[in-house]
Amino acid sequence: MTVHTTSPQFKQNAARALHDPQLQKALNNVKQGFIDKRRAAADKLPEFEALRDSARDIKNHTLEHLDLYLEAYEEKVKASGGHVHFARNADEAREIILKICRDAGAKTVTKGKSMISEEIGINHHLEANGIRPVETDLGEYIIQLRNEMPSHIIAPAVHLNASQVEQDFRRVHTHLDAKRDLSEPVQLLSEARAVLRERFLAADVGITGANFLVAETGTSIIVTNEGNGDLTQILPRTHIVLASIEKLVPTLEDVSQLLRVLARSATGQEMSVYTTFSTGPRRSGDADGPENYHVVLIDNGRSAMLGTSFEEMLRCIRCGACMNHCPVYHAVGGHAYGWVYPGPMGAVLTPSLIGVDKAGHLPNASTFCGRCESVCPVRIPLPKLMRHWREREFERHLTPASVRSGLGLWGFVAKRPALYRLATRAAMATLGFAGRQRGRFSWLPLAKGWTKYRDFPAPQGETFQARWKRERNGRAA
Amino acid sequence: MSDLTMSRPEKPRVGLFVTCLVDLMRPSVGFAAVKLLEDAGCIVEAPVQTCCGQPAYNSGDRGTTRDLAQRMIETFQGFDYVVAPSGSCAGMIKKHYPELFEEDPNWRAKADALAVKTYELTSFLVDVLGVTQVDASFEGAVTYHDSCSGLRELGVKSQPRKLLASVKGLTLVEMNDSDVCCGFGGTFAVKYSDISGAIVDAKVKNIEASHAPTLLAGDLGCLMNMAGKLSRDGKPIEVRHVAEILASMTDEPAIGLAKDALRK
Repeated sequence: MTVHTTSPQFKQNAARALHDPQLQKALNNVKQGFIDKRRAAADKLPEFEALRDSARDIKNHTLEHLDLYLEAYEEKVKASGGHVHFARNADEAREIILKICRDAGAKTVTKGKSMISEEIGINHHLEANGIRPVETDLGEYIIQLRNEMPSHIIAPAVHLNASQVEQDFRRVHTHLDAKRDLSEPVQLLSEARAVLRERFLAADVGITGANFLVAETGTSIIVTNEGNGDLTQILPRTHIVLASIEKLVPTLEDVSQLLRVLARSATGQEMSVYTTFSTGPRRSGDADGPENYHVVLIDNGRSAMLGTSFEEMLRCIRCGACMNHCPVYHAVGGHAYGWVYPGPMGAVLTPSLIGVDKAGHLPNASTFCGRCESVCPVRIPLPKLMRHWREREFERHLTPASVRSGLGLWGFVAKRPALYRLATRAAMATLGFAGRQRGRFSWLPLAKGWTKYRDFPAPQGETFQARWKRERNGRAA
Repeated sequence: MSDLTMSRPEKPRVGLFVTCLVDLMRPSVGFAAVKLLEDAGCIVEAPVQTCCGQPAYNSGDRGTTRDLAQRMIETFQGFDYVVAPSGSCAGMIKKHYPELFEEDPNWRAKADALAVKTYELTSFLVDVLGVTQVDASFEGAVTYHDSCSGLRELGVKSQPRKLLASVKGLTLVEMNDSDVCCGFGGTFAVKYSDISGAIVDAKVKNIEASHAPTLLAGDLGCLMNMAGKLSRDGKPIEVRHVAEILASMTDEPAIGLAKDALRK
C-alpha cells in the first residue's frame, strides 16, 4: 500500500481549489514565471530542440536495456563500498529503510527532496517507529510543518503565500519573538536555515532522492538550489539514496546531456545551483562523507509499465514543465489531483501506480491542448498517453454511463448519413427557431455543465449540408 | 509539403470537410470557406458526410472511431485535397487517423494517403496554394485566439495572421496568451465544467484586455465556448470564425447574437 489518495474525489477537490482565494492567489503569482524563464532559457540555446531529441533517445535506450543497466549499476555501487537494496513495492522499501535506520541507531533523519519518498510514505512510517524525519528543502520543510503533500514536483509549497508560511513558522517555532519581522521571504528563509542547521548536525541518517543513477560509475546525482541535499548526504554517518528504477542512465556523458535540458525545462536555469555526484561511502583520505552508503531501488509499479504503451512515461525526468504549462493545473493546483504526482505527468503516471479505477478522473481532466507535450524535455506524448487511459477505461466500462450513452447515440447517428441528415436538420431547425430572438441559450436541457458558466450560441437553423444541396445541386453535376 | 505543392493540379479538386459543428451550428463558415477556396482557384465539393469521430476518439472509444474514420476515408479519398475550417478536425485526420490503424496495414495506407492531403483552411490557402492576400475588408480591430490543435498539431500560427494582414481596414491586436487553451476541450467543457469555466474566464480577461471589439479564431468549438462566456458576462465583443472575415461574409450575426443584433 502506498500513501492515501483522494484522486477519486478529483471533481470535489477541484471545486474546492477553485473557491480557495489563498490558493488562487498563489497560483496566479507563479504561473507566468516558470513559463517565461523556460522560454528564455530555451531560446538562448540553439541546440535545445536537438538536446530534447537526444534526451528522449538516451532514456529510451536505457529503458530497453534496463535490466542490464541495473545490474551494472549495482556492481559499481558494491565495488565502491556501498549497498544496493531492491524493493518491489512501497512496503518493502519502507521496511528496508527502517532497518537501515535502526541499524544506524537513528533518532533523527534528515531528508533531501524526493518524490519517491512521498510515494512510499516514508515519513509517517519512520515517525510511527520513533524516528524523526526532518525535511530540509525549504518547500518540503514548510509542507511538513503543515502535514501536507507537495503540490508540485519541484516547488512543493507553490500553493502557499508567504503570509501563510509566516503563520506556520510562528505556530511551530515557539522560540520566535513575536516582534520579529518575518514578512519578507528572505526573513522566512533565514529562520528556516537557523532551525535546520541544528537538525543537520544532529542527524544520524540522511535520505536523498536521485535525479539520475549512472550505471557506468555507480554514481547517484541530485540537483538542488539550496545546498540542503549536500548537507543531508555528507554530514550523517549513513546516507540512503532512494530512487525508482527508471532513474538509471548509462554514462556520465548521458547525464551531462540530460542535465542540460533538466534545469532549463524546470526553472529556466542553465544548471541548478548545486549538482551533486556521490559514489559510495567516504574513502580513506576523504575530508567528509558518510561511513555507510545505501541505495534503495524501488520498482513500485514501474516494471509493469515496461513493454506497454505507458513505457514512454518512464522517460520522465521530473522537471515539472508539463504542470507549469497546464491550464488545468493553473486552475486547480496540485493537491486536487489527490496523490503524489500532479499535472499532466501525474495524470498519466498515477493511474499506472495506483490503478485507473482510483485515478480515472486524472487523464480525463485534460483539454488535450498539448502544451505539456510541446515543452516536455524528453518528448513524452502526454495527451496520447492520457487518451490510452481513457481507452482502458472505456474497455473496462469505467467510463460514466451518461458519457457512454451520449457518445453511443452520437456514434449510432454519425454512422448512418441518412439518419444524420434527417435528425440534424430537424434538431437544428428547432434549436435555431427557439434561439432566434436572443441568438443564444442561457439554459438547455442535457447541457447544464455548459450553461452553468456560459451561454450556448444558437445555431443558424439550416445545416450546411441542407443548404449546400439546395443551392448547389444543379451546379454540382 | 513542397513536393505536393509542385505536383499541384491546375485546378485542384478540394473536398470540403465541413465538420459537424460548422454543419450544424454555423453553416455560414462553411460557405465562407467555399468562397475562399473557389477564389483561390479550387473546384470545391462537399460530399455527404457526418463526423470524423473525434468525440469518440477522445473518450476512449476506438471501435466507433475506426468505423467513422473508415467512412471518412472512403468519402474523401478521391479528392486532390481535403480542407476543413478547423485545426482540430483536420488534425484528427492528419495526426490521429494513421495512429488509429497502426495494426491494420491496409487501412493504415489509406489513412496515410488521406492524412497527407488534408489541411486546415488557412494553412492550405497559404502553405499549399501560396495565397498571400484575400479580397476582403473589415473595419476595426480584431484579436486572434490560436486554437490548440491547429497550433500544436498542425503549426497553424502565421497563416491566419498573414491573410488577416491583407484585409482592408483591419488591424490585428494580439492578446496576452493567445496560444493558451480556452478551456473548451470537447466533452471536457461539460464533464469538468467547473475547471473549464475557470479556464475560459482567464481567456476572456485576456480578450477584453486587448480592447479589440472582435475576436477571431479558426475553430468553432473554441469560438462557441468563448462567445458563450463573453455573452454570459455581458461583454460586447463580437465573435467570428476567421473565414468569415477573410471571405468578407459578415452578413450573418456574430456567434451567439440574434438576427437583429447586427454589427452597427
